Amino acid sequence: MSTRTLPLLFINLGGEMLYILDQRLRAQNIPADKAKKVMNDIITTMFNKKFLEELFKPQELYSKKALRTVFDRLAHASIMRLNQASMDKLYDLMTMAFKYQVLLCPRPKDILLVSFNHMDAIRDFVKDTPSILSQVDETNKQLVEIYTPLSGGEFQLIRQTLLIFFQDMHIRVSIFLKDKVQNSNGRFVLPTSGPVPYGTHAPGLMRMFSCSGEEVRRMQFRDGGNYNAALREGSFEMYGDRVIKLGTNMYSVSRPVETHMSGTSKNSSQHTKVNTTPNPLAKEELNLLARLMGGLEVQNPVGTDSGFRVNLFATDEEEEEALISRPDELSYEVINIQATKDKQTNAELAKIMGEFGETGEPSPSSSSKGDDLLAMMDGL
Amino acid sequence: MAKMYHKEKSIPIKSSASALYNNLSVLRIAPRCLTYFTVVHANVVNMVSASWDGLNYSHRQLQSKEGNVTTSSSLIMQAAWCVLPSRDLLVLTSQKGIQMYESDGSIMVYWHALDTPETPTAKAVFARGIAAVRDKYICVGVSSGSVLVFDVPSKGSNITLSEVLEEHKEAITDMASECSGSLEGIADLVSADDSGLLCVWKSGEDFQLLNKIPGFDTSCSSVKLWKGTVIAGYGTGQIRLYEAITGILHAEVNAHARWIYTLDIAPFTGLLLSAAEDSWVRVWHLSLTPETNSVEIEHMYNECVTDTQICGAKFCDGDGYAFAVTGYDLSEIIRYTQA
Repeated sequence: MSTRTLPLLFINLGGEMLYILDQRLRAQNIPADKAKKVMNDIITTMFNKKFLEELFKPQELYSKKALRTVFDRLAHASIMRLNQASMDKLYDLMTMAFKYQVLLCPRPKDILLVSFNHMDAIRDFVKDTPSILSQVDETNKQLVEIYTPLSGGEFQLIRQTLLIFFQDMHIRVSIFLKDKVQNSNGRFVLPTSGPVPYGTHAPGLMRMFSCSGEEVRRMQFRDGGNYNAALREGSFEMYGDRVIKLGTNMYSVSRPVETHMSGTSKNSSQHTKVNTTPNPLAKEELNLLARLMGGLEVQNPVGTDSGFRVNLFATDEEEEEALISRPDELSYEVINIQATKDKQTNAELAKIMGEFGETGEPSPSSSSKGDDLLAMMDGL
Repeated sequence: MAKMYHKEKSIPIKSSASALYNNLSVLRIAPRCLTYFTVVHANVVNMVSASWDGLNYSHRQLQSKEGNVTTSSSLIMQAAWCVLPSRDLLVLTSQKGIQMYESDGSIMVYWHALDTPETPTAKAVFARGIAAVRDKYICVGVSSGSVLVFDVPSKGSNITLSEVLEEHKEAITDMASECSGSLEGIADLVSADDSGLLCVWKSGEDFQLLNKIPGFDTSCSSVKLWKGTVIAGYGTGQIRLYEAITGILHAEVNAHARWIYTLDIAPFTGLLLSAAEDSWVRVWHLSLTPETNSVEIEHMYNECVTDTQICGAKFCDGDGYAFAVTGYDLSEIIRYTQA
């Protein structure tokens, strides 16, 4: 549908990823200089000029699987490593957070304000590093230029495209459950009270007009909700008060990152079924993906000393348990594309890379497909 | 206030509804006491045929398989039944084009490809807005603002594109034909777009533009035409009633707290259904006073479908005795009948 959706999806998911990593780096007492390096490296990669040029070209959205591949690579753009269970959890948290923001944003156009909230926070992460800051600012300028002229209808199409992307994902997130914005079945709570979107009147008033245009009668109806007047409109400029809070950092030391890993199995399994049907597009999409990711420069840990692993779980045991107990229908079946060099330096990664391919298919054919893609990526 | 409607047993669907305007279509098959429903899920259309009590049902799914198989299967924007005097057709609109099926979804009788660019452009390409007009026309809107008029023979697949109406500058959102069954009215068709512009048409060998009702910078997501009155629902949650021919505004209602997704009218009783992202379904009553040439709207009923952004709502019969609702991420059709 909307060919303008991918940049917003990438920037908002990326923003959520940075919030989570920032919180985990603190929680695991990673030395400040290393933590800083990780954040800076990932943000540098995210806002790489060549990569963004590809990203901002009008195009259809990628499949969930393909996008997950992009974020796998992005998360490993520095000296930090995540194992599969942690990466799964990270991606679950990112996607459910952005799904919530898309669903709850008052007007379709407010998706842009959500994006600006993420951009503002990213800018704050790199405020001490002018070279990266200018990269981020450049993207921000592009967002303003491309998106502010769009009509409400075009934003609605973007929103509808995003909602199709997130359709049938019902992973429960503890921070949402605690805040009572998500139900135990994984569906989000939609309030029927509070301020209406900017430009909308609280329901209730009915006005009748005569043929000459004069108002002849006014009535009120009982709307059943408890709405009040809209807040002022957030700023769509480079800098300003966005007014809405969706897309700001919801994690803190006292509100750590946690997930409950359970889909509402019925829908998720249906969805997986749809995803595993042979897709003639797969190759076409892989090509696009390779082109897009050609811009993603990945730094490799020089030695084993400087690299470190971040865990999205409280303990290693928990992480291991999560990997084993993860329901099949929640498997992302990730396409592992890592620079070939990684193979030599990181045994664990090499092991994961060996797992490339679609589940249930014999591995030889799929791994050769993976090698082709690797070669393509290296050639870029 | 006594409850006007009560909830019945839901009808499950094979895959959940996508957030698309007017994402529910209903066809009543009176001789067999059946109701057909369609709900769009991404690139699939869920079809359900259900007995009137909703207790027995069977499913069918249509894929948007179109053109050659090497291209990707495209997302569907809308599915709707078109009832012509001679035949009923199921019409699907997507990013690639327009498909017309026999009403049971068994045979595709016509395929119209949209002009899609080699590489995607900033403006998305799709068809949206479907209406059957008078004896033999099916009109479909396009993202460029064009309205395509198809001439449909009483049987067979010799459907032809007879005319392209170029009055809209923005993407078409919805279209509706006069639903009262009265042939007295002059206006046959109304088309709406993303800028809120409404065009009122008279059908014929050449469709004639009768009136243009300007928008106010907000999308008109759903529109109906009943006894010469245009009923329009907007992104601001407002419903407006206009006289089709003159464009006179009769009424304006602050009806919903968020974007309206669908409207429907029960032509025999003048009951109006509206539903929105705010999870509310509301029932209204319209009455015409021919002497004073005025239209009145009265609020009748509210139903909150908890935690659901509603994308489709339709009456199941011409009196508005029952209605059905779909919502984003919901794998069921929720039904309500009068108490």
